[in-house]
Amino acid sequence: MASATGQIGTAAAASRAPVHQYVAFAVMVLLLVAAPFAIYPIFIMKVLCFALFACAFNLLIGYVGLLSFGHAAFLGAAGYITGHAAKVWGLTPELAIVAGVATSAVLGLVVGALAIRRQGIYFAMITLALAQMLYFFCLQAPFTGGEDGIQAIPRGRLFGLIDLSDMMTLYVVVVIIFLAGFLLIYRTIHSPFGQVLKAIRENEPRAVSLGYDVDRYKLVAFVLSAALSGLAGATKVLVFQLASLTDVHWAMSGEVVLMALVGGLGTIFGPVAGAVVIISLQNYLAQLGAWVTVVQGVIFVLCVLAFRRGIMGELGRLLKRPF
Amino acid sequence: MTELLGIPPQVLFGQVLLGLINGAFYAVLSLGLAVIFGLLNIINFAHGALYMTGAFVAWFLLSYLGLGYWWALLLSPVIVGALGMVLERTLLKRIANLDHLYGLLLTFGLALIIQGLFRNYFGSSGQPYQIPPLLAGGHNLGFMFLPNYRAWVVAASLVVCLGTWFVIERTKLGSYLRAATENPVMVQAFGIDVPRMVTLTYGFGVALAAFAGVLAAPIYQVSPQMGADLIIVVFAVVVIGGMGSILGSIVTGFGLGIVEGLTKVFYPEASSTVIFIVMAIVLLIKPAGLFGRAA
Amino acid sequence: MMKKRLLGTTAALLAGLAAGSAHAAFSDGKIKIGVLNDQSSLYADLSGQGSVLAARMAVEDFGGSVNGTPVEIIFADHQNKADIGSNIARQWYDVEQVDAIADVPNSAVALAVSQITRDKNKVHLNSGAGTSSLTGDKCSPNTVHWTYDTWALANGTGSAVVENGGDSWFFLTADYAFGHALEGDTAAVVKEKGGQVLGEVRHPLNTADFSSFLLQAQGSGAKVIGLANAGSDTTNAIKQASEFGIVQAGQTLAGLLVFITDVHGLGLQTAQGLTLTEAFYWDLNDETRAWSKRFAEQNGGKQPTMVQAGVYGAVLHYLKALAETGDDSDGVKVVEQMKAMPTEDPLFGKGEVRVDGRTTHPMYLLQVKTPEESKGPWDYYNVVSTIPADQAFRPLDKGGCELVK
Repeated sequence: MASATGQIGTAAAASRAPVHQYVAFAVMVLLLVAAPFAIYPIFIMKVLCFALFACAFNLLIGYVGLLSFGHAAFLGAAGYITGHAAKVWGLTPELAIVAGVATSAVLGLVVGALAIRRQGIYFAMITLALAQMLYFFCLQAPFTGGEDGIQAIPRGRLFGLIDLSDMMTLYVVVVIIFLAGFLLIYRTIHSPFGQVLKAIRENEPRAVSLGYDVDRYKLVAFVLSAALSGLAGATKVLVFQLASLTDVHWAMSGEVVLMALVGGLGTIFGPVAGAVVIISLQNYLAQLGAWVTVVQGVIFVLCVLAFRRGIMGELGRLLKRPF
Repeated sequence: MTELLGIPPQVLFGQVLLGLINGAFYAVLSLGLAVIFGLLNIINFAHGALYMTGAFVAWFLLSYLGLGYWWALLLSPVIVGALGMVLERTLLKRIANLDHLYGLLLTFGLALIIQGLFRNYFGSSGQPYQIPPLLAGGHNLGFMFLPNYRAWVVAASLVVCLGTWFVIERTKLGSYLRAATENPVMVQAFGIDVPRMVTLTYGFGVALAAFAGVLAAPIYQVSPQMGADLIIVVFAVVVIGGMGSILGSIVTGFGLGIVEGLTKVFYPEASSTVIFIVMAIVLLIKPAGLFGRAA
Repeated sequence: MMKKRLLGTTAALLAGLAAGSAHAAFSDGKIKIGVLNDQSSLYADLSGQGSVLAARMAVEDFGGSVNGTPVEIIFADHQNKADIGSNIARQWYDVEQVDAIADVPNSAVALAVSQITRDKNKVHLNSGAGTSSLTGDKCSPNTVHWTYDTWALANGTGSAVVENGGDSWFFLTADYAFGHALEGDTAAVVKEKGGQVLGEVRHPLNTADFSSFLLQAQGSGAKVIGLANAGSDTTNAIKQASEFGIVQAGQTLAGLLVFITDVHGLGLQTAQGLTLTEAFYWDLNDETRAWSKRFAEQNGGKQPTMVQAGVYGAVLHYLKALAETGDDSDGVKVVEQMKAMPTEDPLFGKGEVRVDGRTTHPMYLLQVKTPEESKGPWDYYNVVSTIPADQAFRPLDKGGCELVK
């Protein structure tokens, strides 16, 4: 397994999806159907938004080998645009989400075009710096409401028909958005395009010599990842009815790295597991008080030192099947 | 010409001087990052947190041991440097052969821990630290009032930067270091203890951060989050300069300080983003950085 | 964890039903107040565990129960994140039967909690947040804003400083909505009182180096430099102003949002001479001193901030209102009762909760002592003047609150 030799991400999964992944997927869907009857639905929706965000992030780190430290920019920017579109322009939720996702995609194109000029650590630092720039922009731009954020964003009616203020309706919509995003990522990874991405991760010069326009592939992957992060951010805004600076701050970029790392970089279900763990932890620690950042830091250190495959990576190794 | 773009030249000159002071911090911090990166191939995300630790150690020394600024300037880098060496031996060493990105993640985690601990124990509003009496006051240069302490900051950091450059580029010790950067196995074969050199180098890079922290203590509020945002700017400085050369990171640090200083006069709203904009432009024109070697 | 909590809640519900005959008035046989604030980050010093302690002291001073129903205080850390804060608030109301949420510093979180509280018809007792929107264009019949707001601070410092001769101003303004609001409100009152504003410079949030901005302020020749910023921006500006000898050269610094913890962090050597406005200072009179002594003994020697004092006042008044209504199920009714009764407590004196949710009480213009004047730790302020309750806050008709007719 590649992560054991120090490569970020695990070895390429089989190109055709094996049965056990279908089983895992079915289990996940069943859990999602059952969960709202046992757990507070808003909490699950939050987890799903972050799970999608982490999956989008993982597409880059796990399958192209690019560590973006600025993914909060895409989550937050889409959130602000969606919130503004729904509240001020009065768009229906689906159009507001489309506006948010489009914004993130364009932003991803710009950031990606700059960042893929360098590799490895530089790539991480560039994405971080550009995201910080966007943070300052959001802080100063009048429409974001500065530190007040955009509040009381209406959930509205989907397609002008379905009232999203009902909790269970909203839950179903969020689950559908999450599954759609998840499956899109899954398809991408297992497509010929995904194979080229993995080839780039494993050996970039070789991919170049085989005649692939590596930069183009990286850029497309980056834009896709940014757009899906945007989808997560836009959905989150509808769930919480607010968009705030938290989502564009670098700490959020760090959190998504942590989710993917805990769950398992380069695994399909890992980021979902990671999001469940980290968000539950945040919720639990909220009652504990002051130790949140310390605990997160300790998890980071432990994962890097002793648990690099993450939850799903370890599980996959135990069962000898990639998740 | 009495005015440039509506600003009298005296004011402009004053701002350049102030920019230079900010640049001094960027230079010392990015130099530390470059030294560490050279040998360990790690981007030390904990650099900002260790800079903060340096400032706090100065405060400890004063509050608990009654040791003043000058002792702090000497002892704090030593103490934090030692802490760095412990971290290197116990943690960073274990991931030496892995993808460099793991180093970034590990040090990011360390930064969170260090900042969180300080916040838990010392609160978020910070601690007072005074300018040493010897450097209090200032001189009126005609065009501006220059506090003595600021002049000292520029002088001290220039000396430290140039000293570091001299050691690495012009001495035998430095040549070992550079050789180990190129080919550690070969250097090891010549009988030089490379792991020890790695530890000492990390300790030295971290000591530079602590040194900057002590310099900063009397002018910036000593608080747990003082290094958190700074490190991102320093990353941008490093990207702009490229990590290929020691002198490069020094020149870039001071240069960007001036650019930022001038932005504060002409368009203050953008002064926090100007370095990131410069970074974007440099990436478009010279992706390897101003002083970098193409990867 | 979640399941366990649910079971716990169900059990509590059943217990509540069983006890229902005994205390028909209170929905679940318990009055539960959640203190939601920052325990780990920027505002942890000025709110944090101190606010929880203040809430507990309020319950204690009220006798521990309302008409025989016990009062419970719980708390959580919103980590300064609006989504975490709003998640906790929803969960508290929906699952944990919390009746009121207190404190909530950070405007984004406060506005979110205010909205949720309104949707669920509970009570929001805000002390920590500064945004005057809470009782202005975003006011709510379920929210009481107890301690301070940006308008009151701007007005207090602005008018009092002009009256004391500081009639020309230059602003150092944090370049985002909050800073602009502080600057705008202060500039308005300065002009109204006959002073003039010579200029302003907008600096980005979390600027470390203020020397350049301070020199521009110095160059303006203004008598007063208004710091329309907060937190580390304010403390760094004050620290560097001292370095550049700005106060010694005759200009006055006016902090528009400074807490006693900031002054504590700066030290008197640096902060001396700073003018600021607060709603509470521990050393005002015998009553505040007695209460603060009790507080400090349980808080590691740290004196209360105005935010913590405000949590005490708000919770106490809430409990008084509950004793009158005898019913915690309808948040609007409880808040209406709070508005109907005049406020009175040892910390804020007499006042009222206005129809827009704003609590009025005196505000104090304070000046930081010199190290020689100070008799020891936390002896930091001279009271320059007292702004009476009826002048300290934004007039009812100026806020644009829909509840004002």
